[in-house]
Amino acid sequence: MSETSKAQTAIDTLVNQIDRDIASYLEACVHCGECAEACHFYEATHDPKYTPTYKLFPLVKAYKKHKAPLRWITQIFGAPDEITEEELRDWEELVYDSCTMCGRCTLVCPMGIDIAGTIRKVREGYAAADIVPEGLAQARANVERTSSPMGVTARALLKQVEHQEEDTGLKIPVDVEGADYLALLSSHEIMASPEIIGAYAKIFDRAGVSWTLSTEAYEATNVGVQIGSGPLARQLVQRVVDEAERLGVKYVISPECGHAYGAIRWAGPNLIGRSFKFEVLHILELLDKLRAEGRIPPGERDTRKMTLHDPCQIVRRGGLLKEPRRLLDDACSNFVEMKGAGVTNYCCGGGGGVSANQRAEDLMIGAFGKKLEQIDDLGNIDAVVVPCANCRGVFEDGLFELDRDEIEVVSLGQLVADTLADDPKTAK
Amino acid sequence: MTFLEFTEGPMFYFAAALFVVAGLWRLVGIVRLGKKPDLAPARGSAATGFLKGNLRHFFPRGLFAQRTWMHLLGGYGFHLGLFVLFFFAAPHIAFIEKFTGLSWPALPRWGFIIAAEIAFAGLIVLWVRRFSDPVMRLISDWDDHVGTWLTFIVMLTGCLALQEAHDSLRAIHMLSVNIWLIYFPFSRLMHAFTFFLSRGATGANYGRKGMNP
Ligand code: SF4
Ligand code: SF4
Repeated sequence: MSETSKAQTAIDTLVNQIDRDIASYLEACVHCGECAEACHFYEATHDPKYTPTYKLFPLVKAYKKHKAPLRWITQIFGAPDEITEEELRDWEELVYDSCTMCGRCTLVCPMGIDIAGTIRKVREGYAAADIVPEGLAQARANVERTSSPMGVTARALLKQVEHQEEDTGLKIPVDVEGADYLALLSSHEIMASPEIIGAYAKIFDRAGVSWTLSTEAYEATNVGVQIGSGPLARQLVQRVVDEAERLGVKYVISPECGHAYGAIRWAGPNLIGRSFKFEVLHILELLDKLRAEGRIPPGERDTRKMTLHDPCQIVRRGGLLKEPRRLLDDACSNFVEMKGAGVTNYCCGGGGGVSANQRAEDLMIGAFGKKLEQIDDLGNIDAVVVPCANCRGVFEDGLFELDRDEIEVVSLGQLVADTLADDPKTAK
Repeated sequence: MTFLEFTEGPMFYFAAALFVVAGLWRLVGIVRLGKKPDLAPARGSAATGFLKGNLRHFFPRGLFAQRTWMHLLGGYGFHLGLFVLFFFAAPHIAFIEKFTGLSWPALPRWGFIIAAEIAFAGLIVLWVRRFSDPVMRLISDWDDHVGTWLTFIVMLTGCLALQEAHDSLRAIHMLSVNIWLIYFPFSRLMHAFTFFLSRGATGANYGRKGMNP
């Protein structure tokens, strides 16, 4: 792509992204700067360039030039310049490295502006012009090859399934047509914590749930959503939809991964332009439902002092606030909440593709420091329950870098499996 | 025709008409951009979310209040003070009555003074922060400053005209009001109306997800 056409492609795509909601946001911003006070990147660095609204500059410029109502009058007094490739490149770091699309800034904004959703639109322009960080470009290349951002193949998945079958002594169903539930996983889970597959097997066996994994659609993460490419995001959702509909499942289970949930549950039908023939449930929603139905009775609770990290895309932007808490109450006898728990919780610092972008690592660790302060305020926490595989990766890196790896990082699904009543009759 | 008659007559009609037409044009222009229907099955109501989003953002969130207290003081002080001055100053009520026949009790003089002081203090705090706070300095543009200054001048000339001792003071106030009205729909002052759309958009999106942040 030539220099001018890159900028032009970005501008055309940006302009196409602007609908009523985005225009309302760009029009309503009063430049008060309050959003900076809620953004972990600003809080960690105190660098004004990390002010959320400032990150939207390329879109603001395109809007004023091409879309703003009354621009034919205001432009009499000076038409805004067209955004240049140089400006796009200058803003690339702000658009990709310093926004996890966590949505915390919206809470403090007097105008209620959804910066996270708007950054997602800005990234569309960047992805179309192929001005993207190397780490995300690599993840995209891996996805094109294997459907997984980490390059995890179906063979690798089957190997892990085999190990888990040996460990649990349970048969793990794969590619079973007519099962009720199709469980998706994230690459991070398959490679770094495959025990979660065994945990699912244990829980579903106890609950009598008919489920399956698929060698066609095992990957839940959606690099298209992170990088900002609608076409790629659509392709990845379509792959899951095709397989789920081929297998004839009633439900698709989104794993403990924040953005994967948003991608399939909230964006999915809009990406492919139609409703699904199945329902999407987050694994925490399903576990909470099974628990409420008495199908997975809790047993002896874990006594470690634990707190809960709220993954932004599952809780604040996903709507699942109570489910993880109910599950944790049953699984842990010493569960304490952080200040600001729930909708106002801090992001881990590595969502929205930031953790896949090596260039952003220092910034990410800095932002994670805010999360750690929140945890430290509770005093002597033994373990943090983190129901998102991506966040868990960030926690592990952050705790290691900050020399705090005495704090354990735990999956909620795993914890539920570990604290199931051995014998339903002895359940509490 | 005296200058006062001009500023209260033809010029005011022109400014008010432009304010209404251009303001509506801008709002309709935003709404007309439309939005694709959301196909994801909803967990809650978008309409309720729209309203909740609007109400929720009128109130600060405790967790952030400590970090943004100066803004909260300035913001609430200015906006509430201005609201009271605008709707409850005796000359304003008389002016509105002249056109609509509607009237309501006015603020006593001491009430006006207090509201004006609070509004001025708030506006000054916000404006000083605009160039002294590194974040606000970075994100502010000339429109922010012009809007602040015009509003300041309108308020100042309004206070000077309060005595109604001199027609010329009243005329200067009306002149600044007219300029303010003409500038308003083309500027960020429109946030007085667009806030409803932006809070509502976020509220509706979250409402569908069963959240109300
Ligand atoms: S969405 Fe989160 S990371 Fe992005 S600007 Fe807002 S607070 Fe910062
Ligand atoms: S808090 Fe909202 S209105 Fe204020 S600068 Fe940030 S985005 Fe704009």
